Amino acid sequence: MSTPYYVSPEQIRQDKEDFVRRGIAQAKEVVVLEYRDGLLMVAENPRKTIYKISEIYDRIALAAAGRIAEYEALRVAGIRESEIKGFRYYREDVTAKWLTNLYSQHMGAVAQAWDAKPLEIELLVCEVGITGSETASGLQRNQIYHIAFDGIYSEEEKYAVIGGRATAITEMLEQRYTDGLEMRAALRLVTETFQNIEADTDTEDGYEIAPDTIEVACLEQTAERRRFRRLSTDEVTALLS
Amino acid sequence: MLDLTDYGTSNFFQILKRRHPELLAALHSSNAPSNSTVTEASFHQYEGTTVLAVVYDAGVVMAGDRQATEGYQVGERRIQKVYPVDRHSAIAVAGAAGPCIEMAKLFQVEVEFYEKTEGMALSLEGQANFLSHLVRANLGLAMQGLIVLPLFAGYDLKQQRGRIFKYDAVGGRYEEGDYYAIGSGGKDARATLKKRYSLGITRQTALEIVAEALWDAADEDIATGGPDLIRKIFPILYTITQEGVSEVPEATVEELYRELISRL
Repeated sequence: MSTPYYVSPEQIRQDKEDFVRRGIAQAKEVVVLEYRDGLLMVAENPRKTIYKISEIYDRIALAAAGRIAEYEALRVAGIRESEIKGFRYYREDVTAKWLTNLYSQHMGAVAQAWDAKPLEIELLVCEVGITGSETASGLQRNQIYHIAFDGIYSEEEKYAVIGGRATAITEMLEQRYTDGLEMRAALRLVTETFQNIEADTDTEDGYEIAPDTIEVACLEQTAERRRFRRLSTDEVTALLS
Repeated sequence: MLDLTDYGTSNFFQILKRRHPELLAALHSSNAPSNSTVTEASFHQYEGTTVLAVVYDAGVVMAGDRQATEGYQVGERRIQKVYPVDRHSAIAVAGAAGPCIEMAKLFQVEVEFYEKTEGMALSLEGQANFLSHLVRANLGLAMQGLIVLPLFAGYDLKQQRGRIFKYDAVGGRYEEGDYYAIGSGGKDARATLKKRYSLGITRQTALEIVAEALWDAADEDIATGGPDLIRKIFPILYTITQEGVSEVPEATVEELYRELISRL
């Protein structure tokens, strides 16, 4: 007969958190920031077809740091739920806040289940505002929600960072970020921050920030229904030159 | 709650059928009402009519009149029968207006859903084939008089040309190389197109003969609406080229008709 044992809920939670932190600490960063015409998303990602930033719905995008396979499942489920909701009601009824709740509940349930591994993933759910964020209010503004592995989420403003060195990058952005940046300036700010952080940390992986080692996408405040746009390497090269 | 089921498909129609069949009631034949009720109802339903597509040198024009009829009455003067699908394709529908609009909407979502989940656009040929399945799924309702017939057109990026696909009620898919028109005024529109069409026409010529074909259809067919100069209602025209789908501005369409009328 095995000996019954007791582990306090605090201990279980702590163990899970440590487990996820170790995983996320390896993950390359994703930055989302508000610029003059919408939201700019930049990730350190040398892969050509595997993305960490993607389109969910007309005004909504999803970015992740952590395990790609887990992100992929959440991404597809998010597109499916959004399309079903938009098909049932109206396209504008699909919001980032609704989607964030959906993800949050799922990630929270998985993190609390005694027999499941918590998701080793952090998410940013972004929605571009209908008009310029200066004048817009409530759900019409640009929105950025940060969801942790356990489903706890927070609302971010101006910029948000996920990934291993998120704290350090956030500190750098705090000093240099200004409102109303143009896309070129916003992209430069992020790539320079990435370069600084790569220089600061030991660069055993020899990671270099170049147009083909970053993934860039944006949500633009345009008249087009689908606001999400992925920038090609050529476009990024032109913006950075 | 987030549903993480692996449906093993990028097919939105299949997912809806499994999870929310009630949302497909307008299209899915198993939910069709019995024969007698439809015969009764067919006088209280809107019918959309003439739509057409014409290939020109840089792509394809797709257009439709704006009228829906209810029996012998005008049901709606401003209905939209042509819908953009993705960046390089559009669908036009003729038949029972409710299921028609539902099919166009579902088809648009389907193509976009595929593009987002797979990470690449569904080919024009793939879209044309998928539309066959949607038409076939509607067969039960079609047998009872609620027929939906689409016309599909787009710019094929691989072949670098505009293409048109027509369908029959059982989902048969047929390609047309130059022009086609369907709906109650379709035959009249085709007669005009046949006389005025030639290969490699320019955008301007294409717009002119499309306007004329719809004018003739409205002239001969009571269900097709002509341009309404008093209410300022004009047919909707879209052009589809390598650059994408764009609606021809209403002012341009009005100008086409003023020009046409001055020549009569």
